[in-house]
Amino acid sequence: MKPFQYTRAADQQGVIAAINKPGTMIIAGGTNLVDLMKRGVTAPDKLIDINHLPLKDISINKLGRMHIGALALNSAVAESHLVKEMHPLLAMALNAGASPQLRNMATVGGNMMQRTRCPYFYDTTMPCNKRAPGTGCGAIGGYNRMHSIFGASDKCIAVHPSDMCVALAALDAEVVVGNRKGGRVIPFTEFHRLPGENPSKDNNLAEGELITAVIIPHNNFAKNSFYLKIRDRQSYAFALVSVAAALEIDGGVIKKARLAMGGVAHKPWRLFDAEKALTGKKATEENFKQAAEIAMEGAKAHEDNKFKLKLAPAAIVDALKHASGLA
Amino acid sequence: MEDQKYHALPETDLEAKDNSRRNFLKQSTLLTAIALTPGTAVKAAEMRVDDRIAEVFEKMPVKLEVNGTPHNLSVEPRATLLDILREQLDLTGTKKGCDHGQCGACTVHVDGHRVNSCLTLGVMVSGKKITTIEGLAKGEELHPMQEAFLKHDGFQCGYCTPGQIMSAVACIREGHANSEAEIREYMSGNICRCGAYPNIVNAIQEVKEGGMEV
Repeated sequence: MKPFQYTRAADQQGVIAAINKPGTMIIAGGTNLVDLMKRGVTAPDKLIDINHLPLKDISINKLGRMHIGALALNSAVAESHLVKEMHPLLAMALNAGASPQLRNMATVGGNMMQRTRCPYFYDTTMPCNKRAPGTGCGAIGGYNRMHSIFGASDKCIAVHPSDMCVALAALDAEVVVGNRKGGRVIPFTEFHRLPGENPSKDNNLAEGELITAVIIPHNNFAKNSFYLKIRDRQSYAFALVSVAAALEIDGGVIKKARLAMGGVAHKPWRLFDAEKALTGKKATEENFKQAAEIAMEGAKAHEDNKFKLKLAPAAIVDALKHASGLA
Repeated sequence: MEDQKYHALPETDLEAKDNSRRNFLKQSTLLTAIALTPGTAVKAAEMRVDDRIAEVFEKMPVKLEVNGTPHNLSVEPRATLLDILREQLDLTGTKKGCDHGQCGACTVHVDGHRVNSCLTLGVMVSGKKITTIEGLAKGEELHPMQEAFLKHDGFQCGYCTPGQIMSAVACIREGHANSEAEIREYMSGNICRCGAYPNIVNAIQEVKEGGMEV
């Protein structure tokens, strides 16, 4: 690993002032960053440790909006009674990710900032437009079993690896960021971006911005939520396909539906059209199948991931069946 | 005599490496100093300030309490907790498997929580309490989980075992050892290539059901 300077942040403003400088990076849990530094994918000159900032709280306000600090550990969020009770979908997604050890280290903000696990991004001897812009994409025409079926470009077909983010996208969460002017709020579905012409950028965080919290608005999905993750082994593996399903059902009729997928795109993939199709319909397998068909419109597979075209709609139906109590 | 011979080579090697890096830092800091104020640079050279500046860039003080013993260490920011435990403190019970957070062989407890020490920078855990496999037994008396691993043959080659045991203890403490399925899920961060999983699960279940204090 290339040597670097290490400093601990005194306060939020200090971090924001420091992260504008090139070569400076923030470290929180370090579960992804230290790995990337060991492999030479990332080589910062300076690391700012933000773990001592007071950004760990999980609370709920009078309007029922849940506030989760950016430094709350993945394990702390997954085990939080508030989260389990109000947003079980988030707890399920978190517990489906990584291992207990990694969840004890990884933070909410860090989970959002983790990089793709595309093997061409990790292998510094391979071309990768995300790691080294302009070198090409090794996955296009290469080994692309884990790769995207939605929203890719001819520059990059990598997927975002997070489970937590899929749940937060489904739950209409918002990202609170601090910057020199004070801060701003970004809808979760607009936090991560599609690769387009510039795959080196994973998200829409501007320079000098620090994630401070995630907000989840009140909802009535707790009773009918399910996170389904399909992977090569039962646990401790990245998703081939995952589905976050949240329903508000009244008398067998779906009043509200939220659906998002993981393992299929460069960002958590929200299924807005399928949600619309489900709204006002009865919670039946037939309606779920129809929604899944709508969700798959525009999907495009590569040589090795054609199975996702069948696996994804089946996973959507299965997740909806579990969420609605049909399965 | 044999010992001295054995040590002579690597030490020279290390010094050579150290010197080249230090020289680079010396030169660069010295150049900066000259560019700024020549007078100060001359003074700095006399006082070997450049050498000390280089040291500041390379090493940082880290306080760790490992298995109840306090240590004041000087480490590079890039040194992982795993490497510090093994290389500086000679606590080689904690194993380096994949070194990338994928196998769990390096699992230790930091302030009571299990983590992958290979992805933990030592400077980040300064001031914290670390427990390694060496810290579980009370003198000659093994920890109940160590006894159970022996009894149930929870290993074959043994390389993953320290990590498995640290994880197993945490698994029970966290309250995630209530069924075979739950144990398997919450032990999934520890890979055993010999495939001793059924015996590991049995060992954990026995400790859990025995109600022993872990």
